[in-house]
Amino acid sequence: MADPQYPAEGGLGQGHDEVQLRYRDDELVDHASVTVDSFLAQSNASAVRIEPGDDTRELLRHLERIRLVEVNFPSFGDGRGYSAARILRESGYDGEIRAVGDVLVDQIAYMRRCGFDAFAPERPLNESDVEAALNRFPHVYQAAADSRTPIWNLRHGDAA
Amino acid sequence: MYLYDQYDQAMVDARVAEFRDQAQRRLDGKLSEDQFKPLRLMNGLYLQLHAYMLRVAIPYGTLSSRQMHALADIADKYDRGYGHFTTRQNIQYNWIKLEEAADILADLAKVEMHAIQTSGNCIRNISSDHFAGAAADEVTDPRPYAELLRQWSSFHPEFAYLPRKFKICVIASDRDRAAMKLHDIGIQIVEKDGEMGAAFYVGGGMGRTPMIAPCIKDFVPLDRLVSYAEACLRVYNRYGRRDNKYKARIKILVHEMGADAYAKEVDEEFAHLLDQGVEPPFAELERIRTFFEDPAFAAAGADDEIDRSDPDFALWVDRNTHAHKADGYVSAVVSLKPVGGIPGDATAEQMHLMADLARDYSFDELRVMHTQNIVLPHVRKSDLHKLWTALDEAGLGTPNLDRIGDIIACPGLDYCSLANARSIPLAQKISQRFADNGKEETLGELKLKISGCINACGHHHAGHIGILGVDRKGTENYQLLLGGSEAEDTSLAKITGPGFTEDGVVDAIETVSDLYLSSRVEGERFIDTYRRIGMTPFKEALYG
Ligand code: SF4
Repeated sequence: MADPQYPAEGGLGQGHDEVQLRYRDDELVDHASVTVDSFLAQSNASAVRIEPGDDTRELLRHLERIRLVEVNFPSFGDGRGYSAARILRESGYDGEIRAVGDVLVDQIAYMRRCGFDAFAPERPLNESDVEAALNRFPHVYQAAADSRTPIWNLRHGDAA
Repeated sequence: MYLYDQYDQAMVDARVAEFRDQAQRRLDGKLSEDQFKPLRLMNGLYLQLHAYMLRVAIPYGTLSSRQMHALADIADKYDRGYGHFTTRQNIQYNWIKLEEAADILADLAKVEMHAIQTSGNCIRNISSDHFAGAAADEVTDPRPYAELLRQWSSFHPEFAYLPRKFKICVIASDRDRAAMKLHDIGIQIVEKDGEMGAAFYVGGGMGRTPMIAPCIKDFVPLDRLVSYAEACLRVYNRYGRRDNKYKARIKILVHEMGADAYAKEVDEEFAHLLDQGVEPPFAELERIRTFFEDPAFAAAGADDEIDRSDPDFALWVDRNTHAHKADGYVSAVVSLKPVGGIPGDATAEQMHLMADLARDYSFDELRVMHTQNIVLPHVRKSDLHKLWTALDEAGLGTPNLDRIGDIIACPGLDYCSLANARSIPLAQKISQRFADNGKEETLGELKLKISGCINACGHHHAGHIGILGVDRKGTENYQLLLGGSEAEDTSLAKITGPGFTEDGVVDAIETVSDLYLSSRVEGERFIDTYRRIGMTPFKEALYG
């Protein structure tokens, strides 16, 4: 059976970097991102693409000029990008963090928790599956980069 | 015993619903096996040689009677009437149908159990000392910390796709009964200047490249435990090798970076995380602790003296009980290693019986040991004879704790798709041989561990005697190792030399044990003699 195909909303871009899901209202950054090395060498880029082996912390001194960070997942099983996104959020970055590459429906909920707010999967996702996956678990146990209140705070009086 | 509240229950119930949906999509052909595989693995469902295998998590090895009854019911209803207790203090069922897997998870959820994170490259079930909360030698019960880490690691969004699987162990005694230093992270709760904290040992493990974990931090305050663990994991997730599956465990990272350099990275990450609010409120640790308070032990009385007039009973008491912190009590070990039996297997009837006996004699509690036996942690000395009688009648009274018959064996080629050789029939032969020749008694403490392949699920590196199944030109062959220990004197066993056939290795074990008997000096265990005289005489006896 063939994978279901869903057109990206608004028909943004083409090819495998097409943004299918976006959880923010600001304007989409539509120019291409550059590698971490060229970003560090060049003073005017505002979109950068992190590969699994890159050190995210190198970007932290330049956060004020970044509007988009793409985090590439060449394979869904390589989880370095989760740490990359969380480190960016923990450092106060509030621009877009977009997961690109081998992004599957079963990863979306964890990615959202780590601070990803846009998704450009290689193979488009079934959006009702995404909805279901995001709403599956009523609570979270631990703190992450989202604003959800962990169970252990709920137990001791904090509001959800 | 920890009890779920509405939150814990809601999370486990949601997981069952999710898996039911995924399994249905697979059965309907909407998911390919390739797509389904990572999903089922996150729920402990493996496809083995003959059928699906389901691994159920038993957090820190602790079970209530009700839970043990439920495990027995599952064995009866969905399997062939038995289950297999593992070296990770879990239970596995070997004959599962995909159509029924979601129902099993639903049955488990009713007794506050699950199979979440029992496989996959994530943080696995947390293990602990099987005598926790009972042992006379612990500084505190380690399980509240294990439970806190269980919650922290459950559905952890950043650490679900680590380079490899990740095993954490928590103990609170200088006596190590949980192979703490052979875990990815071993935590020992310690007391320093009247304050409790956690010592972190990181980068131990068995498998292809066995390593003993170095201590990277000798004292982490308890109100920073989660932040420090998070830092350890983040450094691993970022820098652990992903180019080679066999070099992906944290032990390789710590080894290649050096323990000091790794510790320094962790310290920096830790300092950063302290401002990020990842630590649970301390009240949560206090809440969890209330579940692990002592049961109402009876005051010591006149009948605390054990009547040793029955020699079989007296032998079992000497072999299979362990000193308890409360006067008048002991912890009693139920051996799942009958002579010639399958190590770690228990039938549904035996599980029901152990559950009933725990209700009657052990405040409703049982423990799974990493050596694949069951503990009744709090047994009154005056109840011991009744307990032993009931166990003995059910084939559960074998007096062989830590003896040569108390063999650890992985499932091996009888079940496991990764195996090179069978483990179970070999364990049965060895157990039978040393029962028949009467040497078990004379040999004293001798820990024998068998793995069917280099993955070392049977802990062969940590055996006083270890056996590793290998494939030699298409036939099963067994390497013999000597000198390992998983206790506080952790050491890694060394290979003696060329391997043996199945019968040959049984003979070889007799050869090395005879050499021990003729070489030992007063009070020496096998491992002590080996450490004193070294490998050479054993080699000469085997190959000379
Ligand atoms: S040691 Fe090898 S054969 Fe034994 S259970 Fe583990 S993977 Fe299977």
